Parts: sequence; structure tokens; C-alpha cells
Amino acid sequence: MQTLVAYVENKPGVLNRVASLARRLAINIDSLTVGPTENEEIARMTIVAHTDEKGAHRLEASLEKLVDVLLAENISERSLLERDLALIKVSADQQSRPHLMELIKVFRARVIDVAPESLILEVSGTVDKIDGLLEVLRPFGVLEMARTGRIAMTRGSDLLRPPGASSNGAEAEPAVKAS
Amino acid sequence: MKLTGAEILCESLTRLGVRHIFGYPGGAILPVYDALGKSKLHHILVRHEQGATHMADGYARASGGVGVAMATSGPGATNMVTGIATAMLDSSPVVCITGQVSSKLLGSDAFQEIDITGITMPITKHNVVVSRAEDIARTVREAFVIANSGRPGPVLVDITKDAQQASCDFNWEASAPKLPPKRKRINYEPADFERAVELLNNAKRPLILAGHGIMVSGAMRVFDQFVHAGNLPVAMTLLGIGCFPASDPLNLGMMGMHGEAWVNHAIQEADLLIAVGMRFDDRVTGDLRTYAKEARKIHIEIDRSEINKNVKVDAALVGDAREVLEQLLPRLEHRERGDWLGHIRELKGDSAVKDIQGLPDNGHLYAAHVINDLWKETRGEAIVVTDVGQHQMWEAQYYHHNQPRTLVTSGGLGTMGFALPAAIGAKFAKPESDVWVVVGDGGFQMTMCELATIVQEKIKITIAIINNGFLGMVRQWQEFFYDKRYVATPLVAPDFAALANAFGIRGERITSRADVTPTIRSARESAESVLIDFRVEQEDSVYPMVPAGGALHEMIRRPDSPLVETATEP
Repeated sequence: MQTLVAYVENKPGVLNRVASLARRLAINIDSLTVGPTENEEIARMTIVAHTDEKGAHRLEASLEKLVDVLLAENISERSLLERDLALIKVSADQQSRPHLMELIKVFRARVIDVAPESLILEVSGTVDKIDGLLEVLRPFGVLEMARTGRIAMTRGSDLLRPPGASSNGAEAEPAVKAS
Repeated sequence: MKLTGAEILCESLTRLGVRHIFGYPGGAILPVYDALGKSKLHHILVRHEQGATHMADGYARASGGVGVAMATSGPGATNMVTGIATAMLDSSPVVCITGQVSSKLLGSDAFQEIDITGITMPITKHNVVVSRAEDIARTVREAFVIANSGRPGPVLVDITKDAQQASCDFNWEASAPKLPPKRKRINYEPADFERAVELLNNAKRPLILAGHGIMVSGAMRVFDQFVHAGNLPVAMTLLGIGCFPASDPLNLGMMGMHGEAWVNHAIQEADLLIAVGMRFDDRVTGDLRTYAKEARKIHIEIDRSEINKNVKVDAALVGDAREVLEQLLPRLEHRERGDWLGHIRELKGDSAVKDIQGLPDNGHLYAAHVINDLWKETRGEAIVVTDVGQHQMWEAQYYHHNQPRTLVTSGGLGTMGFALPAAIGAKFAKPESDVWVVVGDGGFQMTMCELATIVQEKIKITIAIINNGFLGMVRQWQEFFYDKRYVATPLVAPDFAALANAFGIRGERITSRADVTPTIRSARESAESVLIDFRVEQEDSVYPMVPAGGALHEMIRRPDSPLVETATEP
């Protein structure tokens, strides 16, 4: 599994181009998240792809050939944080509710909706953590689930900024090696 | 100044230096055609939109500039698809302009509405829908920049009819291209460069693999200096032919599936390959597991996604071929390489490829005879536009090109039907040049309707049909790999000379070698187009041949012929 970050033009059709490229390279996308950045003209994507390092290099280099992609970078080997967010609707009657609340506390999830027969939980964290919570909730009855897919960011001073943006008013971002 | 979108388009194209547009009108592009009539642009009416894209492609390849094709929405646009894909695979700068239904109708399945930007997304470098007259000038300017920068490629601009009809202020200065800011990348670390220099100067058996990128970057001069400074032998890809003179003793000839045997052996025995502007296509490498096992590799290539794609390299210098070669040149040391060059000469002595040239006239006309005689008669100076198949390989083997952009051929996509329309485009790009179409009887029948375009435009092109009554290359595969079961390859054709006459073009039919040169000479002297139907040996094959997926050094060679004589130079 390889993780890439891309900055793209925030306009119609760009997601299609990115997804179509992965399809053409026969790379299966595990998750792809896209959202606005502090600059409304630029969106940021986190792409998690089922491929090896060589495939990720091709995807990265091919993505940057798209006119609407400002930057693409494989950050799999870098020190990074990944987060996934899930909303989980789970069956909860009078009897099971106390047990559920215990688990929710352990996993640091939050209850965001309470209904007579169910709860909606919100949990964020690594994929492993969410998968772990899901595992223990299953016996109670998971009625519905929505997950965002991963977003990722490199740690500390390892900045990944869209071209043209100043890094905290400091010098322009350094150029990177091509290969 | 208020102009309609259609007028803005024509004005923008004129200001971008366009003189010729290859196209076909229709409902959704009519406002543009109305404006075209009032402009100084020369519109060439094609007979099929595929022809328009091949013409724009041929124009681009012969000139080095951008070729422009135009079509209406729906079927006009979809007919362009093969031509666009051809340009994409061979990195040719073509801008296609299509009409589209009015923006209010988009997505309603209106008459002749099709999602052409969706269809062409994977076969264009970029494409865009324009639905406001205000955006036309900037978008077209951006299309030209994208098409002909970096690794070139086709760009499609789809303009809705209401955008063509609407009026707005036209301000050229204010419509400068505004492309998204790209991250600057350093092409390579100093360490990569130093490693490349060290490999170059320490190699005992180096070999350059010269590709199309040399032509695209205009690196011919520095490449020539580089080759001679290092005394480095050169092998050519099909699309690289012409970037380095065939007459130079260091030019070994073409590599790959139908490359010269000595070239393929040299690749397999080399200890260093210097790949310049080429992409290690499967037709060039054969089986990757056995490809150039002895060799370290340096890859000079502008497209980062090509690095380590097919062949893992030891030093990757990402960048424009000319710039990289200019940086390497001062560091390159001269070596005598007597053993290595001598060894290649020995390999060359073992060639069967050249032998067919010397076949005496035994009543059979061979395609190789025709190409060889054409080369001699045109002194290697013609622009030759080939189609796809056996004749294409024979042309690459026997016509020796000394000038860049004198061989125009469909390499990557292998598009039959390319030659005739592409030659029309090449003629408009180089009106003073002697333009020849070398085409098979199969490919010619795919786009022969463009003969009418030649007549309507009153241009002079000479067409040599290498007519063997078969889809020859497929027949050859059936002979070698399917036990001579010739399924769907015998081909009935019209009397091509009579067909040419019907179009108002002089037609000739040649069946013996003695008539080849006089007919070529007389066609060259004619002020008008001539079509020559060369009836050649029906079951001749292209040798050598590396079977698809086979090892590069394991070639099928021409069976020994008692007729072999030494080839003659002109």
C-alpha cells in the first residue's frame, strides 16, 4: 500500500482525470480523499493505492504530467501521520448499552446520536484503530457505516505545500529532485 | 473591440502563427467556419475527420510546429479519435478544435452531442470544454503552449456553439495563458550527473540509443558533437531516424524487432547504453529479462514517468535532451574504441538485411528494390511518409535518411491509414519538399478518399503503393507463427492506377524492376501528383525479426539465398 499526496486545481473534472489515470495504469485505489485547502483554488488529495514503490513512482510522475495537478508526491517512506474518520451506527438496547459505552471510552470514540434502538459513533484515528473498534462492535450489530478514507500529512518541518504558496511567510519552497 | 467567439478563435489562431487548418464542417462548428471564410487562414477540406487529425500530425512532424485540425460535434469529433491517439503515442503537437452543442443542451443527448472530452481524456495531453466566448482566446493559447512544450502531445478544445456565437471584448494581451503553477523540479542531483560521466568515460563497449526526443528538443547539432567527441556508435529507434545522418559511419541503423541484426547484437553485447529521448518500447527491447544484460544504462529523458518504467537504469538524467547533452559534452572524453567498433563491423559483415538490395532482377519485383531505387533516385532527400506494416519496416531499413523530420511514420500506435493524409499535412508544412507516400495496399484502402483532397488542393504528392495483395505483416506472422494459415489476410484491391485516374491523378502500374527507376524519375518530374502501383513479390517477409516477447539477439533471419550479391551504393 502506497500513500500519495497531490495538490490539484479545484475545478470540475480533475478528480475524473486522477481516477482515470490510476485506472489506465491498472492501479487499484484503496481510498482517495479530496478537500479544499486554505487556498480555495487548490484542493488536496490523499491517495492510498494498492501498488508497490515502482507503481507509486509511475503514478506520481504521471499525475504531475496532468495540467491540473500542481504537485504529486509519494510520502509512503516518510515520517507521516494518517487519519481516517468513521461514523458507525450500531444497535443498542437497554441491555447492551452499558457494555457499548465502555468500549466507546476505550477507543476514544464519541456518541453523536442516540436513538431508542441505536447509537451513532464518531471515531477517528489510524485505520487499525477503526478496524479494531469495528471488530468489537460487530457482535452488537453494525447497522451502517461511513468512512472518509485516509488523509495524511508528513511530520514536523517536512512541509508539502502547493507551488506558489509561501511557507509561513518564509522563503519559497525548495525544488525537489526529479527521479 | 467586440468580436464573436468564432471570430476570436480565428484571430487567435492567426496570431499564434497558424496558416493551415485541416477540417470538416458541420452544424455545431458552423459559426467558426463562417468566421474562417473572412480570415486569412487556409482551410483544407478533408474527406474524413480521421484524415484531418493525421494531416495536422504530419504537418507537426514535418515542421516541428503545431498542427491544427477541426471538426464538428458528435461523429465529427469521434472520427478524430484514432488520429488523436496516434499523435499521443508519438508525442506529436496537435491541437484539435471541435464544435459542441450549446451549453444549455450539454448532457441532454441533443443531436450530434457527444462527450468528446470524456472520450479523449486518456489519449490527449490535455483537453477542455469552453462554454464562454470570453475564455476562447486564453484557452487556445494555453492549448498551443501545452501541445508543444515538454513532451509534446495532442490537446483538444471543445467549444460550445453559443460560445462561438456570443460576442465579447477581444483583448489579446489580457488573454495570456494562465496555466497552473507547477512545482519546479531539479532534473537530477550532481551525483547522478557524475555517475553518468564516470560510466561514459569508463565504458569499453558503449552504444547510444537515439530516439525521437532528439528531434523534439532540437538537439541534432549537439548530439552530433557528442557522438563524435566520444566516438560513440549510435543505434536508432524508428522515430529517431533522421536525427543523426544515416551516412555517418557511427550510425549503425535501426534497432528492435526489425532492426539490423548487428545493431541488436551490439545492444546485447554493450557494457553501456546511453538512451537519449527514447522510452524502451517493447518493439525495441524484446524480452526484458534478457535485454542488454551486460550493460549499465544512462537514460536522458524529459518525461519522468518513463524512468525505470520498462528498463531499470543506473543514471537517470531527467530533462531536455539538448540541455543535458550540452552539460555532458565538456566532460566527455574521446576514446579510440578500436576493438568495439571493429567487432561491430564484424557483426555487420554477417548481415542478411542488406542482401536483398543486391538481388538480381529475376523477374520478381521486391519491395526492397523499390525502396532502394527510390532512395537512390531521390538522393535520400525526400520527405517519406509511411504507413504501418512491412513496407514501413523496409522503408526504415533501405531508405537512408540524413535529415531530421524527413521520415514521418506512425510508430507507437501503428495506425494503418496514416500515410496518405499525414503526407498531405507534411506537404503543407514543407511545400518545397519532394513528398512521397510509401504505403501498403491495405493501409491505402483505409484512407484513400483523401486523394480527392490532394486534387482539390492542387498539391503535388507522389504515392508509391507497395502492393503485395496481402495484409503483409499479418500474413508474415501467420507464416511464422500460425503455420501459414492465411486467415483474412489475402486482400482484393481495386486497380489503383485506374482509381487514381478517376480522381484525376495520373496512375502507373509497375511489375518489373527495370521500370522502377524510370517511373520514379518521371513521377518526380511531373508537376502534378502521381500514384504508382508497385506489384511486388506477394509472400516476401521482413528480416530479421525478433518474435514478439523474444530475446533481442534471437532473430529469425532471411533464409540463405543463392542470389545474394553485394549491395550497391548510389
